Amino acid sequence: MHIEIKRADNFVAYEVDAPNATLLEVLGKIKLEQDNTLTFSSGCRSSVCGSCSIRVNDVEVLACSYKVQDGDRVEPLKNMPIIRDLVVDMDKAYSFNAKSKAWLDKLNKEAFITHETQHINEIQSDCILCGACYSACPVYALNEEFLGPFSLTRVWKYLSDQREGETKEKIDTIQTNGVWDCTLCNGCTVVCPQGISSKADIEKLRVKSTIAGYSDPSFAQEFGGGFGFDGSPTF
Amino acid sequence: MRNDVLIIGAGGAGLVAALHAKKEGVSVKVLTKEYPTRSQTCMAQGGMNAALGNVSEDSVEAHILNTLKSAQGEANEEAVRFMCSEAPNAVKWLDEIGVCFSRTQDGKIAQRTLGGASAPRACYAQDYTGLKILHTLYDNCLKEGIEIIADKYLLSLLKDEEGSVCGAEVLDIRTGNIEHTIANAVIMASGGYSRIYGHYSTNSTASTGDGIAVAMRAGAELVDMEFVQFHPTGLKNSSILISESARGEGGYVLNSKGERFTNELAPRDILSRAIDAEIKKGEDVFIDIRHLGEEFIDDELPQERKLAKLYENIDPVHDLIPIKPVAHYTMGGIAVDNKSQTSLNGLFACGECANHRVHGANRLGGNSLLEIVVFGKEAGLNAAKLAKEHALIVPKVAQQTTLDEISEYTNELDFYAKRDHLAEMFYTKVGIVRKKEELLATLEEVQNIQNNIHRLGVSDESKVYNTNLIEFIEFKNMLGICQAVVEAAIKREVSCGAHFMGE
Repeated sequence: MHIEIKRADNFVAYEVDAPNATLLEVLGKIKLEQDNTLTFSSGCRSSVCGSCSIRVNDVEVLACSYKVQDGDRVEPLKNMPIIRDLVVDMDKAYSFNAKSKAWLDKLNKEAFITHETQHINEIQSDCILCGACYSACPVYALNEEFLGPFSLTRVWKYLSDQREGETKEKIDTIQTNGVWDCTLCNGCTVVCPQGISSKADIEKLRVKSTIAGYSDPSFAQEFGGGFGFDGSPTF
Repeated sequence: MRNDVLIIGAGGAGLVAALHAKKEGVSVKVLTKEYPTRSQTCMAQGGMNAALGNVSEDSVEAHILNTLKSAQGEANEEAVRFMCSEAPNAVKWLDEIGVCFSRTQDGKIAQRTLGGASAPRACYAQDYTGLKILHTLYDNCLKEGIEIIADKYLLSLLKDEEGSVCGAEVLDIRTGNIEHTIANAVIMASGGYSRIYGHYSTNSTASTGDGIAVAMRAGAELVDMEFVQFHPTGLKNSSILISESARGEGGYVLNSKGERFTNELAPRDILSRAIDAEIKKGEDVFIDIRHLGEEFIDDELPQERKLAKLYENIDPVHDLIPIKPVAHYTMGGIAVDNKSQTSLNGLFACGECANHRVHGANRLGGNSLLEIVVFGKEAGLNAAKLAKEHALIVPKVAQQTTLDEISEYTNELDFYAKRDHLAEMFYTKVGIVRKKEELLATLEEVQNIQNNIHRLGVSDESKVYNTNLIEFIEFKNMLGICQAVVEAAIKREVSCGAHFMGE
């Protein structure tokens, strides 16, 4: 089997005999048997730690859950500085969690979560922070300070949680470089290994923002600014 | 730069310690060789024990008795009593900081029965209990402004003139530079050592026991290193864990003839031995969940179906799942007192790298997540207390570093081959069933590799993100751990829990 791996500026070709293997197994095999310098990240091998997120043929996958095909082209994630080979620097991507204030701010002691309402943010709390959505997001080409798909999903996770007693600050925080910067292209949803749709979460955050009196700043400019919102849908 | 408390490791134990230390008003820094949220904690599926009695009657006393029974007399009753009594508070705390626990029909935290428990006691979040706890802890650390720095690999501990631990020497993986981080108190929260069994382990590739090896070299006492828990149901080819819930929900364990040969709900050590004996007879062993039906499997065991398809090319709805017992959890570790203080001044430890003697010779499912929350807190509070009392420290720094030493190695022999060879030897000879002469032979082999360590080495010369180098240092650490494990196993001549001496 023939695969190509992006290393520095070039694709390097490798021949491997590993039928039915995952990409992570193949990368390990190349490293041990052909080239000790091949650099990639791995952890749990069972799709729950997020370490081995990578791109194959321009699509984000977890190397541990992707079966290698002949001719695959393997690259590091996008929108993050490459440290070496397939390893990227995720510090800035992760920093948006703090900038988004994605945490339970003030406990609502009256909260009562039931067997039914537990599902409200169940899937959002499945996030493994692999960064696939961040890599697939086209907004970063225009705005490097965009809070981004996984951080905004995290905000929705806490905002939709009955235990959150302070929702206003959360809404305020995501207005700049936040919910309105998303193009709703759905690229994040397509690549998420956990089946989360950040696009859908961002849409829900937009509704909450609108209810709180915020509006899409690009529309505001288009209409000369300052148009009011009376609580009913305008368009 | 000086810190009050330095924590090595950003898994569940490290982050709990960080949050509680910070609350005491001291400055906290966390260093991790990965990114936070990537640690072993995220792999814990089953749950976290607390005698809440939300589903049926339960008591703290019953939790204590179950834990002590499983520990086979090797636990410290006072520590077990403390952990089980604190369990309801620990779950309440996690619930209040935002962990999405599954709920019962009447809105209480849901609980299920794991092996060895007399009641449904494990609080859970679907199949993702550890993941959701870990990520919530991480979010809280961000909220509290705790500094967590990724890609820092621990090389050694720093000590002052009086021999107290006062910081760590780390390798910045990104630059290849060595850095010293000084602190009034250090907490080791670096995880277990199941990866000495290499491919025969359910664990993350990162569970290489680095912190234990470094603490041992600094003179810290280790205890009960021979106690390694083997999980009965790892996938045959990949050792990926098939959760205990597959049996809990009614799965059968079968041999090649399709016969059930054991009690599927027996404790992990007993079931692992039964499966191991069957495999040694030449049988293949399987879990069969076909009779549970596709709908049930998709609702209750979705991860199991996905992983079996991916790694064994079989669909559990129609096929048998091939399994073998593999290393899963290491009970042994750095000895600590009831303040999580190690035998070294200034060094605390919590999580799987520490041994609070609450699991004894065999850990109960659901007690490891509990342990990290209860004793992570103790380690954090006690380290903060010490840090406040501490006067100015000046570390003594050795001139020769680990890296200087390694750079002189000749690299004639492939250490990856040695690593696999040692893992194979440990699985067959220091594994589920042990024999004195095989333990002695393994010890000799470990010493043989150690004597020839200068003939191994690193072929990647890059300073930047040299994983070949990191893996070699991990291997060196594992060699030290291997020696401690096999020596402890030789000393314990009588079978006890996970340490089983065969005829």
